[in-house]
Amino acid sequence: MATRHFRSTARLMMAPAVILLLGWMLVPLTMTLWFSFRRYLPLRGGDLGWAGFDNYVRFVTSGAFWPSVQTTLIIVGGVLVITVALGVVLALLLDQPIWGQGAVRILVIAPFFVMPTVSALVWKNMFMDPVNGLFAHLWRFFGAEPVAWLSDVPLASIVVIVSWQWLPFATLILLTAVQSLDREQLEAAEMDGASPLARFGFIVLPHLSRAITIVVLIQTIFLLSIFAEIFVTTGGAFGTRTLTYLIYQRVLESQNVGLGSAGGVYAIILANIVAIFLMRIVGKNLDR
Amino acid sequence: MSMQRVLGATTALTLCATAVFAQENTITIATVNNGDMIRMQGYTDRFTAETGIGVEWVTLEENVLRQRVTTDITTSGGQFDIMTIGMYETPIWGANDWLVPLDDLSAEYDVDDILPAMAGGLSHDGTLYAAPFYGESSMIMYRTDLMAAAGLEMPESPTWAFVREAAIAMTDRDNEIYGICLRGKAGWGENMAFLTAMSNAFGARWFDEDWTPQFDGEAWANTLNFYIDLMNEAGPRGASSNGFNENLSLFQQGKCGMWIDATVAASFVTNPDDSTVADSVGFALAPNTGLGRNSNWLWAWALAIPAGTDQEAEAKQFIEWATSGAYIELVAENEGWANVPPGARSSLYETPEYQAVPFAAMTLQSILSADPLNPTVDPVPYVGVQFAAIPEFAGIATQVGQEFSAALAGQQSAEEALAKAQAITSEEMEAAGY
Amino acid sequence: MARAVTPRRKALNTALAWAIGLLIFFPILWTILTSFKTEAEAIASPPLFLNFDWTLENYAVVQERSDYMKFLLNSVIIAGGSTLLGIIVAVPAAWSMAFVPSRRTRDILLWMLSTKMLPAVGVLYPIYLLFIRLGLLDSRAGLVVVLMLINLPIIVWMLYTYFREIPGEILEAARMDGAGLREEILYVLTPMAVPGIASTILLNFILAWNEAFWTLNLTAADAAPLTAFIASYSSPEGLFYAKLSAASTMAIAPILILGWFSQKQLVRGLTFGAVK
Repeated sequence: MATRHFRSTARLMMAPAVILLLGWMLVPLTMTLWFSFRRYLPLRGGDLGWAGFDNYVRFVTSGAFWPSVQTTLIIVGGVLVITVALGVVLALLLDQPIWGQGAVRILVIAPFFVMPTVSALVWKNMFMDPVNGLFAHLWRFFGAEPVAWLSDVPLASIVVIVSWQWLPFATLILLTAVQSLDREQLEAAEMDGASPLARFGFIVLPHLSRAITIVVLIQTIFLLSIFAEIFVTTGGAFGTRTLTYLIYQRVLESQNVGLGSAGGVYAIILANIVAIFLMRIVGKNLDR
Repeated sequence: MSMQRVLGATTALTLCATAVFAQENTITIATVNNGDMIRMQGYTDRFTAETGIGVEWVTLEENVLRQRVTTDITTSGGQFDIMTIGMYETPIWGANDWLVPLDDLSAEYDVDDILPAMAGGLSHDGTLYAAPFYGESSMIMYRTDLMAAAGLEMPESPTWAFVREAAIAMTDRDNEIYGICLRGKAGWGENMAFLTAMSNAFGARWFDEDWTPQFDGEAWANTLNFYIDLMNEAGPRGASSNGFNENLSLFQQGKCGMWIDATVAASFVTNPDDSTVADSVGFALAPNTGLGRNSNWLWAWALAIPAGTDQEAEAKQFIEWATSGAYIELVAENEGWANVPPGARSSLYETPEYQAVPFAAMTLQSILSADPLNPTVDPVPYVGVQFAAIPEFAGIATQVGQEFSAALAGQQSAEEALAKAQAITSEEMEAAGY
Repeated sequence: MARAVTPRRKALNTALAWAIGLLIFFPILWTILTSFKTEAEAIASPPLFLNFDWTLENYAVVQERSDYMKFLLNSVIIAGGSTLLGIIVAVPAAWSMAFVPSRRTRDILLWMLSTKMLPAVGVLYPIYLLFIRLGLLDSRAGLVVVLMLINLPIIVWMLYTYFREIPGEILEAARMDGAGLREEILYVLTPMAVPGIASTILLNFILAWNEAFWTLNLTAADAAPLTAFIASYSSPEGLFYAKLSAASTMAIAPILILGWFSQKQLVRGLTFGAVK
């Protein structure tokens, strides 16, 4: 078999995917870059000419910018911590022999199938509403004052909603990893008198590190751009405005496409910083 | 010509061909999911039967609708033959020539029957660009039983001081009865519609005649402090998340003593099917502070035709049908006079059957007392009661609304919120080149 | 693999697992229950669990207002089409990355993932203008392509990790026997990769089904899927919990049922190479 021929065929097979994605990246990116240097105000008649770096300067110097970066990181970080921690616990539990394992698994993964819009609507109205929500009923039942979740603890509420959606994903990946755990090694450790905590810390966790890396990586990509959950619940009020939401406000609410595009460029930069950071810290795990 | 272009052009042609074929004599209408529009959808079969024109509905929640139609109109996307828009969008879009002028409507449509306040707000330079489907102002809806129990009597045109006194007297938190329900949810069409209208009564304004933002003035401080204190004393829990729908639902469940909101809500709160308090609702003009302006707004949901549609004639036919006096009679016949789309035509208020509807007179009086051309005590450079009809307003007011909403939630003081509002507005107005 | 544990321990674990499972599932269960209540029962205090008059009225109202089947069909076509197209493009790419890796393979993979980080709302205007130019607005074809592109990185990555788990020796053996590239892919690799491909298809179908930004902003009347259907129920006037629940149930039911039937596949398949 001619290796060179083989290799070039292989490259050729990769071409459609690479070209398509290159197009999907370059065309919008170029247009975004172009708009970001223009005074583009659709409601004032469209493209009003060259703006230099005005949009870039205006976007970062606006009082909303740094808080939005902070909010983004808090939401992403909060959801990651919750889903990974609970995911590990759930994966270990579901790995145990229990009655009705299949049924429990179905219950646990169900939230993953729910559209973000639907899940935000259901949580907002039927659970977190301070008058008619189920939590309000529960609080009153125990004689407590109902909490207005989405205005009193808005960030935590959104983190809970998003975590609920992503917990199944984390659990599934961690579960497959737990299932491949070396039982003999665990049993040997138990014989040697290692405490459950020690066994978890020295055997289980290192084994799961690769799966955790993947959960963190994939979830981060999706979480950086969450939108529906915020749009439906708080509309960006009470300090829940993420960078994505800020861009939405600039582009669609203020109808300032140039300014929003500059924000888009910043968002790409932020996403790549996060990505590089992730790769450096945990990326080693991806190479065997 | 590159391969890609050929491909693109071919695809476009094929798709256009199929699109034309599929859409022959069918119009696409984007609308909001409010009760009156949903009802109209139920009657479109009759329109199709009369005219042979099919109708496809795209029904969306208000915020999604706005983002959808704005994107489409500014890019000339051509996705819709009719768009449901409001008094804020119409003059701006009309000025940009994005809408088909409605200056050649048929004689039997009787365009002069449209209430002057509505026609004025939906025109640019004297040309009508959108036909009102229904119009509204805002007024006080209150529980007559609770008011009597508190030993008070609601005047026809109360002051804010009286409203506060009554709200505190009616509040009974242990039994989940709150003296007053007001909008707190952030958004230019939510809390800012209410607060801007309220601020007019307190002598405040958004901009002075040089377009300088006025949030650092005393009038706005009085407005916001009064509002926050009132809501803390007599408002429901979590009011900073309540918009029109949330408050409607609270009022229907009998949890509000007073509610100041859109006049169209009157038919919902007096409908015994949905409302537990239907037989004990009274109406009064929105409050004032004696400065000559009441706290009521003016709004219309209207149907407009985007320029460039190839179904212009059919779209006009539909608009004439949906906003006509005949449609009002059709609804009255089937659902009763209380459920007809209100606030658009003067003839409706001359109909004896409609005059018997309890909220009809107060609705008309509220609409007539709102003046978009002179909304404030001090002169302003903008048109609009609860908004300023400039393209930047929606974006600015939503951000300001978020600050006010946070102040209502107790996350910052009214003074902090006003300082931020002033900064946001100055920054955006500067960016827009004022 | 059955491990010996004391019945007591098993009972304890079972109780705990079921409790957590039900807790996680509860919001969905509550939505389904509420959809069978009247509006007044939906907000009753204290809340009603099963002791209410079950009614299908909400479903009738929702169906009367919007043609559910049309939205459903669009969702199926768009999610199915984009998944299928994605697989066709991704299988060869993932195959070549897994079996003929180069120094840059990992960089290419990570670059592909990074294309997912462009915030959608920032490029709405560019894409909208492009779609007008191409006549793709409100067409299923346009959405199929966009959703395919959005999910392509995930598809490629998932397939890549599955393919890498196929031992190289088998390929060597096949080549010794004189199998060409075509035969190798068709008769050796594909059968071994079927479980992986199946779970990739599942995951992407779910992701495409739930995508709510592009599907909402690039459609009007013809191509609108269930995400647009739900957008007309999100905050209507008056009491709406029961109707919202009915509409929500209708929007998530098909994918929920699909997910349940294929959960074994998902549990086995969602590894992303997490298992050594």
